[in-house]
Amino acid sequence: MSDIRLENLSKDFGSFRAVENVNLEIKSGELFSFLGPSGCGKTTLLRMLAGFEIPNTGKIQIGNKDITQLPAYRRQVNTIFQNYSLFPHMSVFDNVAFPLKIRKQPASTIKSSVLEMLSLVKMEDQHAKYPDQLSGGQKQRVAIARALINKPEVLLLDEPLAALDLKLRQHMLIELMNIHDLVGITFIYVTHDQGEAMSISDRVAVMNQGKIIQSGPPDDIYERPSSIFSAYFIGETNLISGTVSQVHDDYIELKCQIDKDEFLELDSTMHFTPLPGKELTMSLRPEKIAISRSKPRTQDDINFVRGTIEDILYLGTHTQYIVRVGKLRIRVFSQHKRVYFDEKALDWEEPVWLFWHDSDTWLIDEVASDTSPSGSDLEIASPYSRAVKKLGNQRI
Amino acid sequence: MKLNLSPAKLYKSLNLTIFTAVIVFLYIPILILVIFSFNDAKIITSWKGFTFKYYQLLLQNTDIKYAFQNTILIAVLSTLLSTVLGVLTALGLENKAFKGRKGIQLLIYIPLVIPDILMGVSLALLFNFVRINTGMFTVLIAHITFCISYTIIVIQSRLEGFDHSLVEAAMDLGAKPAQVFWKVKFPLMMPGIVAAALLAFTLSIDDFIITFFTSGRGFDTLPIYVEGTIRRGAITTINSLSTLMITFTLFLVVVSKRIRKIIL
Ligand SMILES: Nc1ncnc2c1ncn2[C@@H]1O[C@H](COP(=O)(O)OP(=O)(O)O)[C@@H](O)[C@H]1O
Ligand SMILES: [Mg+2]
Repeated sequence: MSDIRLENLSKDFGSFRAVENVNLEIKSGELFSFLGPSGCGKTTLLRMLAGFEIPNTGKIQIGNKDITQLPAYRRQVNTIFQNYSLFPHMSVFDNVAFPLKIRKQPASTIKSSVLEMLSLVKMEDQHAKYPDQLSGGQKQRVAIARALINKPEVLLLDEPLAALDLKLRQHMLIELMNIHDLVGITFIYVTHDQGEAMSISDRVAVMNQGKIIQSGPPDDIYERPSSIFSAYFIGETNLISGTVSQVHDDYIELKCQIDKDEFLELDSTMHFTPLPGKELTMSLRPEKIAISRSKPRTQDDINFVRGTIEDILYLGTHTQYIVRVGKLRIRVFSQHKRVYFDEKALDWEEPVWLFWHDSDTWLIDEVASDTSPSGSDLEIASPYSRAVKKLGNQRI
Repeated sequence: MKLNLSPAKLYKSLNLTIFTAVIVFLYIPILILVIFSFNDAKIITSWKGFTFKYYQLLLQNTDIKYAFQNTILIAVLSTLLSTVLGVLTALGLENKAFKGRKGIQLLIYIPLVIPDILMGVSLALLFNFVRINTGMFTVLIAHITFCISYTIIVIQSRLEGFDHSLVEAAMDLGAKPAQVFWKVKFPLMMPGIVAAALLAFTLSIDDFIITFFTSGRGFDTLPIYVEGTIRRGAITTINSLSTLMITFTLFLVVVSKRIRKIIL
């Protein structure tokens, strides 16, 4: 099979490094995503794979063939462009037939493969239309058919759903997954939308400023972020700075300053072994935290924190609480389950208990700095809460 | 009848009036010319009865025949050459890495604003200086010279709207550079090329001043011939000749519309 290997791949534009030292292996048949904010170098990386940019350093291999310097038309790699790039002077049929006509296939073969491809994307009855007569979703389907007809080894998709409206986006996402299952080739998918990347991919590579921050299956990245960036960029989280105070066999005790001389003692399970005194950052997902008026039964592997509700946002499927713990603001998501509704609803400025399992205090071997998304400011657990706080103040 | 003068209505009727006036001023002279080409009189003073006489005279006139052939020959050749050169230049100027781009672009714009007479005189001087005998060849060179700026600009404006990602898409799908050009870029340039060619053709057929300075004796195009004839006072065949030319132009317009429809 033909796995894709990226080795030390870098690309500079002038003095600006758009992609920096990317090392990655993408398995044959995988649906692999690059996820990162706009401008982080996703498109540049994809263009190197397609053959539109030549890397400054590094190597791209498909199987054991080095394609780094191969021109785009010699690669078994096809692309779905961000704006579809259908040929406006050709009908849907001719657009899809283009790759075969270029290779001078006999007309009968062309006809049957084109119709087969069009039926895969459910466009067989539109084959006589021209691109300007199609909706965005239909153009997308034609672009997919056109890119797949040559049976490439890899299909590259650059933010393919960005131009579609929300409903259609969800629909096409499922359709893309189905097509991936049907054709069985490698899909490399680029997006800045974490929802898309998480739901569609076998594996995701999180990118920032040209570098791969972390790669792995979606749940792995969500549950076990290796850096502040991936914890913050994917999903929502509370980032808390702390210092290791004691290292036990199966858990770690940490100390976090929450006021002038007030400290919080938290426990965490560990996935690496830091030395006592080490400063690091904890990521605490809002949905992992339970919130209650009464103190829960004490357990060994549970963290308890006492706080005051500062803000409540009712969001339908869940409620978001902002809870003040010293200088920290901790976000908590609480689902509305009737079975737990044994007490009257929590209120503004009410003292509450927050508690969560030790293993949900996820340690990140990184100190929050000015450039990291949480900022150096200990007071704010995540910048998002700043906006929320403002909103809350207005309401009061 | 009640007069209802709402602003919208007023605007509409004003629009219609202006439109009618423009049409009248544009086409009445032409209409008169066409009608009088069938007038059975030596000079246009009054209507003396219907005749095809001048059309017959026209067809028998060998000078006109030669002038017509010359005009068409020059128009076809200069259109062909200036369009081909226009395509090549426009494509060449697309290359952003090309240093002299801005300067050449300026040189292309200048002939559009230079008065024809200046161009005619300067070309005549040039031909004289390098001792090329005036005649068909010099007229052809002159026509290409003034057409090429137009063809380049028309084709460039078409290229400006060109979506470069289509080239990448074609390459991505396996098209080699030559195939990309002939299957994607060229067909998409085609409307611009046709527009440029039609423009060059009409400019060439139409030109009097520059041709006048570069043709010398013995090589007349239709405009030159017409001018000479009118100067001698023989106006009647000119009416019929003009009518034929108008018909031909109308035919060209219709054809170009058709071509555009097919291409786009
Ligand atoms: N051809 C180019 N010349 C100069 N800079 C470029 C070029 N292409 C991309 N860049 C820069 O490289 C960075 C990454 O761009 P891109 O790969 O398009 O990001 P993304 O697709 O993740 O939004 C951006 O800062 C962009 O401005
Ligand atoms: Mg991009």
